[in-house]
Amino acid sequence: MAGRTISEQILSARAGRDVRAGDIVVCAVDLVVGTDASGPMAIDCFERMGGARLFDPTRVIFSLDHYAPPTSAETRAFHDRVRSFAAQYGAECLRVGDGISHQVIVDRRRVAPGQLVVGADSHTVTCGALNLFAVGVGSSDLAAAMLTGQMWLRVPETIRVTLSGRRAAGVAAKDVALAVLAEVGTDGADYQAIEWTGDGLASFSIDDRLVLSNLAVEMGAKAAIGPFDSVLSAWTGAGRGAGGPADQTRRGAGVPAGQSKFDGAFPAPVDGTAVRADPDARYVRQVAIDLTGLSALASAPDDPGNVLAVTEVAGAPVHMVFIGTCTGGRASDFREVLRVLTLTGGRLAPGVQLVLTPASADVERALVADGTHQRLAAIGGEWTTAGCGACCGTSGVIPVAGTTVLSTANRNFKARMGEPTASIYLASPATCAASAAAGRIVASPEDDAWR
Amino acid sequence: MSGGLEGRVRRVGDHVNSDYIIASRRKRETLDGGILKAYLFEAVDPGFASSVRPGDILVAGRNFGCGSAMEVAATVILAAGFTVVIAETFARAFYWNAVNNGLMPVAAPTAGCLEGDRIVLESDAGRVPIFNARTGVRVSGAALPPPMAAILSAGGLVPYVKRHGRLPV
Repeated sequence: MAGRTISEQILSARAGRDVRAGDIVVCAVDLVVGTDASGPMAIDCFERMGGARLFDPTRVIFSLDHYAPPTSAETRAFHDRVRSFAAQYGAECLRVGDGISHQVIVDRRRVAPGQLVVGADSHTVTCGALNLFAVGVGSSDLAAAMLTGQMWLRVPETIRVTLSGRRAAGVAAKDVALAVLAEVGTDGADYQAIEWTGDGLASFSIDDRLVLSNLAVEMGAKAAIGPFDSVLSAWTGAGRGAGGPADQTRRGAGVPAGQSKFDGAFPAPVDGTAVRADPDARYVRQVAIDLTGLSALASAPDDPGNVLAVTEVAGAPVHMVFIGTCTGGRASDFREVLRVLTLTGGRLAPGVQLVLTPASADVERALVADGTHQRLAAIGGEWTTAGCGACCGTSGVIPVAGTTVLSTANRNFKARMGEPTASIYLASPATCAASAAAGRIVASPEDDAWR
Repeated sequence: MSGGLEGRVRRVGDHVNSDYIIASRRKRETLDGGILKAYLFEAVDPGFASSVRPGDILVAGRNFGCGSAMEVAATVILAAGFTVVIAETFARAFYWNAVNNGLMPVAAPTAGCLEGDRIVLESDAGRVPIFNARTGVRVSGAALPPPMAAILSAGGLVPYVKRHGRLPV
């Protein structure tokens, strides 16, 4: 029998038997994550299922990220619903401004290699970068997981994406992810998992890897799993130092109902198990990307899959530049924006609105600590509450009718940001920053096209 | 499904994402499908929602329901009056959300199916034959795997779990 992919290994461990691509299995989950957008319906489903308690309150988390802050009576009511449910059942509910669910659980080391994480947000898949199986679902599936601690799924086939060579200066993880999206297609990974591999990954930080896995859902992927290598080993090691292995919250250490009211402190970091694909694992498709030849890319309206070279869309006027989201709202992204804006004169082009939304409170704190936050504000950037922000038109800044937006986000569907007549382009933080300075889409200064 | 299900085709295209089915900003105001159904496909076909008739069958191209995993994308289609959606292929999360709410997804070739065609979903063990009365062509749709069929016939995941106290399989 052929060897097993990372997905097959994780799902076998969680199913308690040897399972392979195509099998339909029930798996034990390590962490269940709901949001203010998906949570209210999931809570309704949970109650209608007859739910009387959560399978393990320490492994259920809610975030208030889509409506941060709530600006209507209706969204306020969604928050009240999620908060009161979490309080009643002893689960944690993050605060407004704590950030995007799948970024917070990474920041706070609630996820670890080898886990199965289920979240009612399609971009939960982002966490797979940390060598785990993270999958986005709807509210009914979330409710069933909250109640039973299980989810059922079809074990996916895997596409292996091999990154080789070295990126040129100015080529961001976002550009690489868009190159993979162009190659795989917007439905090329439907029902399938992706494994990232190759010597090119060595230069990808954890933040960079989160970008790759994040955009995999725009290819239809069910999960997108990074390798356990020295970069990830260093990251998990740093987390272990913070929490101390002795008092970690262990998976499987389920606390009996009634004894586990959340006390306001995050549990200590969880331990993890490195998972590596067997050498003879079977893949449904192999995709090879040579990083050496890549240049900056952008998605043109109205689909992330409309991938073009930045030089092909250069010159389009830009009115709003949005730096944020679970794709491009991490500390490294804002530092890159500041670096490029400084290189290009340290100011915004007249008429450009620069909207800055940290993916999480931890990101925001890091940017305040090193001065990036204050310097971007001094240049004219407008900071908003950490969370999903303007990405899907549910909170944050809505573009002006008929204008063009350049964004570090992951989706540029028509009306996605709440204004049907706005045109949305997606690009890297560097391209966004250079374009904010120019007032039109341009490549960043490092890119050959700039000169 | 014995006796078949006949209806008028309402056609949408390829890569219709869940934001196009129902915009996130609409879901911000309410989760009530009875209200949200007025905004079904508003970004891509503003006249669509008001012209749906009982018994219509939704037919899409490739990758239907891609993008956000939001479950209202399935519940709003049900609320508008559809009980079946046929697509060349479905995005994963939408497919599960549909089954979990009792909306039957059928993966089948749809290229020859146009707006307004009359089609019949016939019953057959293991497959879902779809007959197009205008073209006279019969195509074969994929039946659901057994656990999903069990959820669909229970009316969705909530009634299934309420009745059985566990997941299928």
